[in-house]
Amino acid sequence: MSVSRIPLRLALVGNPNCGKTALFNQITGSRQKVANYAGVTVERKEGRYTNRQGREYAVLDLPGAYSFNAASLDEAVTRDLCRGFLPGEPKPDVLVCVVDATNLRLHLRFALEVRNLGIPMILAVNLADVARKRGITIDLNALERELGIPVVETVAVRRHGAQALLDQIDRTAVSAHLPPQLAEGADLHAETRRLLSVAVGMPSRTARIDDALDRWLLHPLFGLLTLAVVMFLIFQAVYAWATPIMDGIDAGTAALGSWVGGVLPEGPLSSLLVDGIIAGLGGVIVFLPQILILFAFILALEESGYLPRAAFLLDRSMSAAGLSGRSFIPLLSSFACAIPGIMATRSIQDPRDRMATILVAPLMTCSARLPVYALLIGAFIPQRTVWGWFNLQGLVLFGLYAAAVASALVVSWIMKRVRRDKSEHALMLELPSYRIPHPRDLAIGLWERATIFLKRVGGIILALTVLLWFLLSYPGAPADATLPAIDYSFAGLIGHALTAVFSPLGFNWQICIALIPGLAAREVAVSSLATVYALSAADDDAASQALLPLIHDGWSLATGLSLLVWYIYAPMCISTLATIKRETNSWRKMGMATLYLFALAYVASFITYQVAVRLGAG
Amino acid sequence: MILTELPRRKPAIVDTVVEKQPNDPIARRLRELGFVEGEQVSVVAGGPLGAEPLLVQVGFTRFALRRSEAARIVLKPEVAA
Repeated sequence: MSVSRIPLRLALVGNPNCGKTALFNQITGSRQKVANYAGVTVERKEGRYTNRQGREYAVLDLPGAYSFNAASLDEAVTRDLCRGFLPGEPKPDVLVCVVDATNLRLHLRFALEVRNLGIPMILAVNLADVARKRGITIDLNALERELGIPVVETVAVRRHGAQALLDQIDRTAVSAHLPPQLAEGADLHAETRRLLSVAVGMPSRTARIDDALDRWLLHPLFGLLTLAVVMFLIFQAVYAWATPIMDGIDAGTAALGSWVGGVLPEGPLSSLLVDGIIAGLGGVIVFLPQILILFAFILALEESGYLPRAAFLLDRSMSAAGLSGRSFIPLLSSFACAIPGIMATRSIQDPRDRMATILVAPLMTCSARLPVYALLIGAFIPQRTVWGWFNLQGLVLFGLYAAAVASALVVSWIMKRVRRDKSEHALMLELPSYRIPHPRDLAIGLWERATIFLKRVGGIILALTVLLWFLLSYPGAPADATLPAIDYSFAGLIGHALTAVFSPLGFNWQICIALIPGLAAREVAVSSLATVYALSAADDDAASQALLPLIHDGWSLATGLSLLVWYIYAPMCISTLATIKRETNSWRKMGMATLYLFALAYVASFITYQVAVRLGAG
Repeated sequence: MILTELPRRKPAIVDTVVEKQPNDPIARRLRELGFVEGEQVSVVAGGPLGAEPLLVQVGFTRFALRRSEAARIVLKPEVAA
């Protein structure tokens, strides 16, 4: 007997929260590929495994669905794929419908819908161990007899917990037995109840631990307090724990750069390697610590069942601003950096809410703006105590953060007003049982996030950094140059040309030039200003120290304030834009985000500058 | 009585889900989630601001429903025990 070369196509289908992905991880281990389905931003997860006889299977982990009457893009993809209507995706050979043994009332109904597709199918009763602990009895033989399809028990989180399923898959693949189908329009609820009464014994409707935890975690006071503590921890971790690692990466990149610069003869190649490629790669990797830390938290919260609870607590306040309860964690993490924040919007199922969250995430004051704020506040805002104990500089910094949050609320509220789709978008959010996250599932989830970022976003960031390097380095300064080299480069020319656009905001040509390398990352603007002013400074701190007196004397207060306001809004971080492009899969949406942020920045700075000049600060 | 009027942790039986407009997708989804005639429901908790959303237990599952969603669910009149 020859073993078939073409892998058999399996698809895992089931309700959200049935433990489908854990089962998928158990079956395929690390042999997974994550991409998007063609043309849509729905995640496509495929894995492979080989059975004992050497037969290869390709397994798809389909997006969770409550019904084939699709209410979301995820559900539509699942439905179309199962029916073989999705372009480029052949119909699966065998379906594995995964149901949660503790939630059969809901999940069996969907299983009946799946059975009606008429594809060879296996029912995997997952979380069998949890069900047993809760005293739930499931007569698998009766269920198999009544459903007319093979039924197996699985424990996705236990070693060999899927063995019965794998054996059954081999048998079903050979027999290709078609399941019985109900008549069109049959009452699936009635059939589900009949199945439950025949095969399932359930002592209580809920787990006692869920009742107890929900009583506290959803309490109007204690629930919010707990949430605040959790949020503080996440924010602290993303903001503070990541910093030493990021500094290390920065130092490593710089060391590697200077080593390469020392080894290679000075020239365009060395410059490209050091200032273009190595700096660009460093600029990509530097985001990884924040992304990994944030996602470790988000995955753990999602798996444990807490994330939907947080959404429950926050939904009322967030929906008033045109967002949803699930927008909160992505927005909070955007205060550290918008890139992990935008990637975290994947936990928002509703595409409209997700888009709104992505669009306002860059407004959150990310940590890269701090060096710029620190420089400008140090130069222009006097160190003074106001109203007894407030430090004026601190107040201004707080004001910048508050202005960003207020702007985000206003922007999302306006978006809610002007969008064409004003239909009622339902919350209808399932609050699943609490579970302890399995380390393997967390590790695989983190690995996926890291590779997605490095492959998809990293490429764009690297390419743009090299382009920026080119603009900053060419053409070189003439031999009798009196000004810094940057002045003679394309970036310098563009900066001078931009002065015409930016002079109504009070920006001089030095600022305009510094804005260009600031595109790579906002904090680079500080060291670029130092370059433009021909200062030689070892690092950003030194650059900032040396710049303080220069800009204090050289710029007017109006210019300083205007630039501060500019940085609240300016979409000047290509990494963020690259992430928006990747996560929305649309250049148009990225363009929209860029344009509206740019317009907002321009108008706000214009008003600030003009008002300040009228008030005599020019 | 509709679901939003049901006191906390008091079990009740679903009568029907009403459509706010023809082919109401939210009503259809509620039925798919198990809000169908004869099913037992109870309101477990409410959100911190104005009891929005509501946490509703149906079958073996808990769903967070906004009040406008829960208002579509009509309960059977209480039968004297």
